[in-house]
Amino acid sequence: MADTAVQEKDVAVKSSEPLFGKKERALITDPLNDNNPVTVQVLGICSALAVTTLVVPSFVMAIAVVFVCAFANLTVSLLRTSMPKQVRMIVQLVVIAFLVTVVELVLKAFSFTVYKQLSVFIGLIITNCIVMGRLEAFAMANKPWRSFLDGIGNGLGYGGILIIVAAIREIFGKGTFAGYKLIGPTPEYLIDTVSAGWGSTLFGWYANNGLMVLPAAALFVIGILIWIQRSWNTKLVDIS
Amino acid sequence: MELVNIFIKAAFIENMVLAYFLGMCSYLAVSKTVKTAVGLGAAVIFVLAITMPINWVIYTFLLEPSTNVLSGIVGTEMDLTFLRLILFIAVIAAMVQLVEMIIEKFSPALYTSLGIFLPLITVNCAILGGSLFMVSREYAFGESVAFGIGSGFGFFLAIVAIAAIREKLRYSAVPPALRGLGIAFILTGLMGIAFMSLMGIDPAALMAGK
Repeated sequence: MADTAVQEKDVAVKSSEPLFGKKERALITDPLNDNNPVTVQVLGICSALAVTTLVVPSFVMAIAVVFVCAFANLTVSLLRTSMPKQVRMIVQLVVIAFLVTVVELVLKAFSFTVYKQLSVFIGLIITNCIVMGRLEAFAMANKPWRSFLDGIGNGLGYGGILIIVAAIREIFGKGTFAGYKLIGPTPEYLIDTVSAGWGSTLFGWYANNGLMVLPAAALFVIGILIWIQRSWNTKLVDIS
Repeated sequence: MELVNIFIKAAFIENMVLAYFLGMCSYLAVSKTVKTAVGLGAAVIFVLAITMPINWVIYTFLLEPSTNVLSGIVGTEMDLTFLRLILFIAVIAAMVQLVEMIIEKFSPALYTSLGIFLPLITVNCAILGGSLFMVSREYAFGESVAFGIGSGFGFFLAIVAIAAIREKLRYSAVPPALRGLGIAFILTGLMGIAFMSLMGIDPAALMAGK
């Protein structure tokens, strides 16, 4: 589910842009696996862990980070030649803070419940190391269009992990996905399995796992995702 | 007594790292040896203890609608709270710059071992998070100082603890794909669960001897 969401956006960007060569495509696909901001670069863990109990807030968070990351990269890349080295940190922070304030006000106006659920974590996008890290590592040395793509790629890599973790935690912790009941004993299902004749309920024996709702579960889930990713992509294994 | 409560609550019960999972990036990246962890922890305590009261003053006198100076001059209430992110982060960036200069002058060895993670304290979520929590919990000035020192101490405790565990782990047979980052994540989760057992504790009731 998370993967398709990511791929759909990917395809949309690709088809709309004729300037899209192999190198540019790598800018978007690399952060999805080989150079994932969360599982490989260890960036942006902070604001990621706390919002992943439910899928919907995580999705909003992912979109917000893609937006902030892409436009911060673009702006800083445009400014990179004209900005003095001594004040670059403050300039970068002001650009990020401006974009995050825009996101915060838009959410407050259009989706107040999600805004309340995310609370301080929207503000904390400013201190999301992905944004600052990509500005320092990429946007300061590259042209605007490439930086913009790098921002989108890293935002999606982060968002993908965020949504996968949120899906696992919501399904096993609450028996729901994006608010719709999937498994467990209660009767409000997305698909009425009883009248369809598939038996009483889908995994009706399943009792919600309270551990998954705790913030600590996000760490276990990401730890296990790293384990899976590295046993399959062995060049990422930490030798030291 | 109230201030001691806030300190204990911030350091243990509502630990920034292990209960809210803020400041994770530097927590996971700098926790390979105890020595650098102590240095970073001390720097974070300092930055939190300084920025929290400064941000309290900025928030109360420049931003909060009912108390800010501009409202006093204009006569009607001016809501400037939307500027808080930009002002808070500017204060934090300035303080981190100060800490960097102090460490460079008095302990060049620590300065080189912390490397890039010293400027990255600026984007340590625990610090901005602390200021935002202070606003949303409506702390008074003294309380904000206690909260700043307490949450800094909590970060220090957490990062030193995981660094010590990771030093020992070097001699254990961890599956290759899980080595390093993966096991650090799982360990942090386990520590978080351990810290959760403190959650039901009410320091005020403890001190009253109940």
